[in-house]
Amino acid sequence: MLTHLRPALVLLVALTGLTGLAYPLAMTGLAGAIFPAQAAGSLITRDGRVVGSSLIGQSFTGAGYFHGRPSATTAADPADPAKTVPAPYNASNSMGSNLGPTSAALAERVKAERDALQAENPGRPVPIDLVTASGSGLDPDISPEAALFQVPRVARARNLPEEGLRALVTAQMRGRTLGLLGEPRVNVLALNLALDDLARR
Amino acid sequence: MTLDGWIQIALFCAVVLALVKPLGLYMTRVFTGVPTPLSPVLGPVERGLYRLAGIDADHEQSWLGYGLAMLAFHALGFVLLYAVLRLQAVLPLNPMDQAAVAPDLAFNTAASFVTNTNWQNYGGESTLSYLSQILGLTHQNFLSAATGIALAVALIRGFARASARTVGSFWVDLTRCTLYLLLPLCAALTLFYVAQGMPQTLAPSVAATTLEGAQQTIAVGPVASQVAIKMLGTNGGGFFNANAAHPFENPTALANVVQMVTIFALGAGLTNVFGRMVGDERQGWAILAAMMLLFVAGTAVTYWAEAAGSPVLNGLGLTGGNLEGKEVRFGIPASALFAVVTTAASCGAVNAMHDSFTALGGLVPMLNMQLGEIIVGGVGAGLYGMLVFVVVAIFVAGLVGGRTPGYLGKKIEAREGKMAMLAVLCLPLMMLGLTALATVLPAAPAAPANAGPHGFSEILYAFTSAAANNGSAFGGLTGNTLFYNVTLALGMLVGRFFVILPALAIAGSLAAKKRVPASAGTFPTDGGLFVGLLVGVILIVGGLTFFPSLALGPVVEHLAGAAGQTFATGG
Repeated sequence: MLTHLRPALVLLVALTGLTGLAYPLAMTGLAGAIFPAQAAGSLITRDGRVVGSSLIGQSFTGAGYFHGRPSATTAADPADPAKTVPAPYNASNSMGSNLGPTSAALAERVKAERDALQAENPGRPVPIDLVTASGSGLDPDISPEAALFQVPRVARARNLPEEGLRALVTAQMRGRTLGLLGEPRVNVLALNLALDDLARR
Repeated sequence: MTLDGWIQIALFCAVVLALVKPLGLYMTRVFTGVPTPLSPVLGPVERGLYRLAGIDADHEQSWLGYGLAMLAFHALGFVLLYAVLRLQAVLPLNPMDQAAVAPDLAFNTAASFVTNTNWQNYGGESTLSYLSQILGLTHQNFLSAATGIALAVALIRGFARASARTVGSFWVDLTRCTLYLLLPLCAALTLFYVAQGMPQTLAPSVAATTLEGAQQTIAVGPVASQVAIKMLGTNGGGFFNANAAHPFENPTALANVVQMVTIFALGAGLTNVFGRMVGDERQGWAILAAMMLLFVAGTAVTYWAEAAGSPVLNGLGLTGGNLEGKEVRFGIPASALFAVVTTAASCGAVNAMHDSFTALGGLVPMLNMQLGEIIVGGVGAGLYGMLVFVVVAIFVAGLVGGRTPGYLGKKIEAREGKMAMLAVLCLPLMMLGLTALATVLPAAPAAPANAGPHGFSEILYAFTSAAANNGSAFGGLTGNTLFYNVTLALGMLVGRFFVILPALAIAGSLAAKKRVPASAGTFPTDGGLFVGLLVGVILIVGGLTFFPSLALGPVVEHLAGAAGQTFATGG
C-alpha cells in the first residue's frame, strides 16, 4: 500500500488542480468572454433594474398578469428557522412537491386549484400544467393552451379586448426545437413583459 | 403517447448508436497507448505528471496491485473532499457565506461522490460554496468516472490477454482517461451548454425585483462546467437541488437531449472498446444489443404509464398525462426517457421528480437500478457489471448444455463463477437489507413524505439508488438525518467496492488463463441466442430477487390507485 502512496498523493493533487480548479476557472473565463449574457444567468433588465431571468419563472398572483405553474419551493420560516414555509418560485431553493400518485394531499391541492380556475373561465377544460407543480418549482413556461385559458381573466382585469391578447399570446408561442424536441410553450415572464409594453403604448 | 414522443425516443437511440464506433475507436487508442490527435498537446502534460508522481508508465500491475492503487487513491480523495466540505466556511470562493457542512452530511456526500453515486442529501445552492462545488465535487466527478472506465478496461484486458500476469497500470489508465477523454469532451460541452443558457460565473446570487414588485434571489454559479462532467461521467450530482429539472441546469429541449446522449455515450462506446480489444467487434455489439433490448422495453413501459396519467389527476377530469413534477419544456416523453436513461446508466441526474411519477412509471427506474445498472450503465461500471452477468450466463449455459463453459476462448470455472455471484449478491444484500432495517427501526418512519405503499417505495428507492451508485431519489424522503446519512453511505461504499474487487479478481484470473481454440462445441457468443440467454439470466436473477419488494411498493400502489384509493399522511 505504501508504494502506492506517492503516486496516489501526487496524482490526486495534480488532477484535482487540473479538473477542480484549472478547468472550471478557464471555462468561466472563456464562457464569460464568448457568451457573457448566458454565463451571467440570462438576466432581463428594465430601466436599469434586474427584473428576473428569462430562464427562471417568477411568481404572478395579480389577475392582470398571466400566471405560471404551481410551485412547491419553500423558504426558512422567519419565525422559526428550523421550519420551512411555502415560498413559490424561490430561485435559491429549487424543488418539486414530491407528492406521489396516490397522495391525498396531491388530490386535494389539485382539486382546489382546478375548481378555482374553472370558476374563472367556466366551460373550458382546465389545462393540466396549470394545476400540477413543476419539477424545479421554477418552470418559466406554460403550455399555449394554459396561456390562452387565462386570456378572459387578464382581459377583464386590464380592460383590454380578448382578441388583442390572444394575438399577443400567439406571438409569444414557441414550437418544438427543430420541430421535434420538447413541447410547445409560452414563457410567462416574456409574455407579461410584452403585456406591460402593450399597456404602456 | 404521441408520434412525436416516439420519434424523440428513436432519435435518441439512433444518435447513441451512431456514436458507438467512433468513440470506441478513440477510447481503444487512448487505452492501448496509441497516439491520438491530442497527443502533441497533452503528451508533455501526461509525461510530466508521471515524472512528478514517480510512475513508470511501462510498469503494469497485477489485479491486486491495480485494486490496491485504486483504493489508495480513493481513500485520499475521500479525505480531501470531506475536508473541503467541513472547512468551506473559511476557504475562499464562498460569496453566499455558506456554513461548514455538518459531519454526517459531509461523510455522506464524500462517500456519495467518491463512489460515483452523487446522492444529494445536500441541497446544492443552499448548502455548498462555489469552492466545494468545483474543487470538491467537480474533481471527484472526473476522478470517480475515470476510475470506473479504468476498471472496465482492466477487466477487458483480462478477457483479451492470455497467460498474462498483469491487467494494466491504474495510474496510466486514470491519467489518460482524464486527460485525453474526459477533459476535452467536457470543455466542448461546457461551451455548448453556456450557449444554450447555462450560467458559468463566480458572481454571487442575483437580486431581482419581479414585475409584481417582489424580491427574487436567483442562485447562479459555475454550473455548466459541472453539468458537462456530471452527465458524461454518469455522476448525476446536481449543482442545484432540483438537478436537471432546474432551468439553469437544463435550459432547453436541445440541451436535454445532449445531456441524455452524453449519459449513454461512453458506456455504450466501451462495449465497442471491448469488442476491439478482444479482437471481434461483434462480441461488443452482442452485449450492446442485450442492453438496448432491456432499455427500449423499460422506456416503453415508463412512457406509456406517464402518458396514461395518474388516477388522481384523471379522476378530476384533467387530461394530458402525469405532469406533476415535470417541466413544460420537456413534456411527458422527454421526461420519461430521461428517467429510464439516468437509471439504466448509473447517472442519477433527474429532469423530473421521480417521486411524483405514476406507480408503474416509477417502478421501471427502480428495477433498472436493481438489475445492477448494466443497461449501458455507469461509465465503466455498466460494462464490468454486465460482464459479471455474462460470466453467470455462460456458467448457466454450461450447466444446461453439460459442457465446460467458455467465453472468448477462456474457460469459465468455479473461481470466476464464485466471484461473479459475490458481485451479484452484494447489491440485493445492501438494497433489501438496509430497506428492511429502515422500515423496522424507530429512526426511520418519520422520513417518508408520502403515506401508504408510496412511503415504502421512497425507502426502497433510496437504498436501491445508493447501493447501485445511482444517486437519483424519490426526493420526498428526508435523507439528511444521522441514520440515513450513515446507512446510505454504507450502501454506496459496499455497492461500489464489493462489485469492483470481485470484477478485478475475475480480470486477474482470466488474464492468467490459456486460450482454448474454438471448436464445434463452443457456444457462440455473438448471436441472438446468446443475447436472449443473457437477457433471460438478468431478468430471472433480478426478478426473483426483487419482485417481493416491488410488489409491496409500486405494485400495491398501482392497484390501490386504480381502485381510487389515496393515502393521507398522519392518518
